[in-house]
Amino acid sequence: MTLMKKTAAELQALLHNREVSVKEVTEDSFKQIAALDGKVKAFLALTEEEALAKAEALDNSSIEGRGPLFGLPIGIKDNIVTKGTATTCASKMLENFVPVYNATAVEKVNDAGMVSVGKLNMDEFAMGSTTERSAFQTTHNPWNLDCVPGGSSGGSAAAVAAGEVPFSLGTDTGGSVRQPAAFCGVVGMKPTYGRVSRSGLVAFASSLDQIGPITRTVEDNALLLNAISGVDHRDSSSSPQQVPDFKAALTGDIKGLRIAVPKEYLGEGIEEDVKDKVRASLKVLESLGASIGEVTLPHSKYASSTYYTIATAEASSNLARFDGIRYGYRSESAKNLEEIYLRSRSEGFGTEVKKRIMYGTYALSADHHEELYVKAMKVRTLIAQDFASVFNNYDVIVGPTSATTAYEIGGVAENQVTLYANDILTVSVNLAGIPAISIPCGFSNGLPVGLQIIGKHFDEALIYKVAHAFEQATDFHKRTPSIGEGTN
Amino acid sequence: MTKFTAEDVHYFANFAKLTFSDQEAEVFSEIISELVEFGDALKEVDTDNIEPMTHPLQMFNVLREDVPQDVLDRDEMLASVKEHEDGMIKVPNIL
Amino acid sequence: MNFETIVGLEVHVELKTDTKIFSPAPSHYGAEPNMNIHVKDLAYPGTLPTLNKQAVDFGMKASMALNCEVADVMNFDRKHYFYPDNPAAYQISQDKRPVGQNGWIEIEVEGKKKKIRIERVHLEEDAGKLTHSDNGYSLVDLNRQGTPLIEIVTEADIRSPEEAYAFLEKLKAIIQYTGVSDVRMEEGSLRCDANISLRPFGQEKFGTKTELKNLNSFNFVRRGIANEVERQEKILLSGEEIQQETRRYDEATGQTVLMRIKGSANDYRFINDPDLPEIHIDQEWKERVRAEIPELPDARKARYVNDLELSEYDAHVLTLTKEMSDFFDATVEAGADAKLASNWLMGEVSAYLNAEQKELHDTALTPEGLSSMIKLITDGTISSKIAKKVFKELIENGGNAADIVKEKGLVQISDEGTLRTIVTEILDANEQSIEDFKNGKDRAVGFLVGQVMKATKGQANPPLVNKILLEEINKR
Ligand SMILES: [Mg+2]
Ligand SMILES: [Zn+2]
Repeated sequence: MTLMKKTAAELQALLHNREVSVKEVTEDSFKQIAALDGKVKAFLALTEEEALAKAEALDNSSIEGRGPLFGLPIGIKDNIVTKGTATTCASKMLENFVPVYNATAVEKVNDAGMVSVGKLNMDEFAMGSTTERSAFQTTHNPWNLDCVPGGSSGGSAAAVAAGEVPFSLGTDTGGSVRQPAAFCGVVGMKPTYGRVSRSGLVAFASSLDQIGPITRTVEDNALLLNAISGVDHRDSSSSPQQVPDFKAALTGDIKGLRIAVPKEYLGEGIEEDVKDKVRASLKVLESLGASIGEVTLPHSKYASSTYYTIATAEASSNLARFDGIRYGYRSESAKNLEEIYLRSRSEGFGTEVKKRIMYGTYALSADHHEELYVKAMKVRTLIAQDFASVFNNYDVIVGPTSATTAYEIGGVAENQVTLYANDILTVSVNLAGIPAISIPCGFSNGLPVGLQIIGKHFDEALIYKVAHAFEQATDFHKRTPSIGEGTN
Repeated sequence: MTKFTAEDVHYFANFAKLTFSDQEAEVFSEIISELVEFGDALKEVDTDNIEPMTHPLQMFNVLREDVPQDVLDRDEMLASVKEHEDGMIKVPNIL
Repeated sequence: MNFETIVGLEVHVELKTDTKIFSPAPSHYGAEPNMNIHVKDLAYPGTLPTLNKQAVDFGMKASMALNCEVADVMNFDRKHYFYPDNPAAYQISQDKRPVGQNGWIEIEVEGKKKKIRIERVHLEEDAGKLTHSDNGYSLVDLNRQGTPLIEIVTEADIRSPEEAYAFLEKLKAIIQYTGVSDVRMEEGSLRCDANISLRPFGQEKFGTKTELKNLNSFNFVRRGIANEVERQEKILLSGEEIQQETRRYDEATGQTVLMRIKGSANDYRFINDPDLPEIHIDQEWKERVRAEIPELPDARKARYVNDLELSEYDAHVLTLTKEMSDFFDATVEAGADAKLASNWLMGEVSAYLNAEQKELHDTALTPEGLSSMIKLITDGTISSKIAKKVFKELIENGGNAADIVKEKGLVQISDEGTLRTIVTEILDANEQSIEDFKNGKDRAVGFLVGQVMKATKGQANPPLVNKILLEEINKR
């Protein structure tokens, strides 16, 4: 049995009793990856040599001051910069780009004594929800290899689900941590905007992006969020808000908790089976002493419009720096400066990225700036106000993470209604800047269903408390895909 | 409904420094139209007296002291540059 | 002249901070290429801007000195365009909410005072530097990328090249007084673009304007505008229309040359920079910055004219630079006569600085030194002529005038007996001159005084020599 399906606490006990070494834990991760990643294709790059060297150093280090994540393997989404290791954003544009600095989150997991094993696949520049838009490979869902793992953090979710690593970092701009976590049956948290430094996160939409942890259990997730949170002088939008001990919140006691269920979250476009699992989950929470009330988020039907306008506008700005001059792809055929720009960008970016840059450029152009970009920012205010008024009377909001379970790779495009429903579920959270988690809450045709718990700004502790209570009362998190079985 | 034409594709591509063949521009005008439709839907929302939300957090006055630090090593910088000369990045002149 | 000249200026001033506006890389002029860079200046993926507090203070200070209203709330916007000296393909600037708005400065041209309104002062980052070569390549140095700038935009209130010159001279003085910039055009810490148009006198509507760039000195600004006005006038008189275009001033030919025609292709797609939270400037912050602003040129000028009774012209020249004005104030403070101090600074001192290509702080002269010399002149210890010798010593080697005079034996001879003996000797040797004087040739006295001075190595007290000479001649 692999070590990669154990929790942090279990692994810490083994390390403490010297039943295993950090090196053995690390080797086990690479063994799992060697055995499984040929099918899952979660990793874009492995850093075995550095990882084993670090593991050995950790084994030789003092036992004093070892934290709960000491010596544990982690995979990093490939839009988070790692010094000396290529960071590609799954784009031809950055295929050979080797950063000269570490993201703050990477520094923090290093400081926690974690061992980074490699870089994880994603949709190019985090634009997508299937991981099929990687320029390099398609990641497969460990529960059903014919299905997508979700996205854009598909590699991060699949690697944890498959048991290749117990921890990974993803990023969430419009659901990119939560939706793949739901599709892969793992726990994924999108923290409050500003909770985790964005320094070293390759920007897609700066006012929406957040790095978030993906793990097998809620407790592990809380531990990893604790490790990466906090104000950072390199990110002016990171919050000085105090970071509580999230693990301390995991009491299992949610008596008196007031849960809001927006009627839009169980409405049109959501698969019946998904609705059923969510309703059953609400019953579980009720049985634990929570009360449920139906609410409405009246502007959520504009979530897609608002999100796509703001996200693409910011993306068109953020991705302008990829010009073939200082780093990244430069077209071989370019003969003058204008051609370097035009050809490097046209050859370096994939279709989805170009589509979003183009729309963002349009939305910011002088003629449409007010009616699109500024308008979207105003509607964003309304969407945030919707949440704020619900939180006047409720502690958390609960609903599905995704309208459906994982779909087939290369399958027909989702219909518009499902698309809208998905956006309502995830992107509004990013627009409001609030935190939300996805945890496993059942299975439909052998594929995991995710339950989303949304909280107020900086109220991750309460979200973890609710998620943990639910987890303790159920055993969905204990089920693992059969792909990992038989190894080790 | 707003139509996004192949001509629009060429026009906005110029600002974004992207280039499309006429054929690609036709295809892109279709796929961008999907987003244009999203944008159109915003028009019906009443946003009178609503302030635009430019930042998700109410934060202000995040300032840095005027003290030099974290200077990037020039050779490290030049390592990712395709062509350089005398410590400077070499680019073709503007046409 | 059938047309009225309309000029608006856009002036970029580099702020004298230790680090860049949005990165902690050093921000100093003159480093080796690409040695003052930070990952943010390269626009590496994942890098974020961090705002330099000093740059904000300096922006506020300049705005206040230019009589602007300082924003209560301001933010930064991204302005997009692709160019190799602009790594992120956007410049972080201020669009709708700049640090300062609605200011003015007063200029004086040919004795007429006039207010030039300032539309706005905004903070932004400078671009890197491109060196073009003939072999088809340009070289990019990003040391300057991110240097804090303020852009000062005037209303189209300027009506002549001379007014533009006077505006820049005044602007430079004010900014320099505040200490936020060196405002040196040679080093590029002050750069000026001019928007120029003509309209028939009496017409309200502005004509089509052209933008004039590459104005590398105040004189070039004056000449460039004059030349552009001439060019536009010719076009209009021939019945043709002005094209909206960007031109540059060619120093060699003295002509403006077309750079590019302005099309609709300019769309900067401004976006509120999500990486930088808003800046809220409260009263306390404003007061703190305001308190740091020293007495500005206009106030000093008024004080010199009203309290020290200097001429308008002298007061103007003395206040052109803070260094000169500070020096003058300190000299007077140390006890020197104001009028004499002014004469010396504008005369001998300025001549010396010009000849030696130096600035005051490069010399050994101190206000105490200059004042000690002026006091010796006033109390008659030395003559103006001797003072020139003392001055040379003071400005080259420093020290105190009294010591120099003693050391070199330069004390003025004011003893009547001594002087009368010398005068008698001179008169005895120059009978002809006495004759000439008596025949009405006043010049002869000058000659005789010269002789006395020569005999005393210039140390004789001139008024006394004059008096004794006349007495002795009349005796004969
Ligand atoms: Mg300008
Ligand atoms: Zn500017």
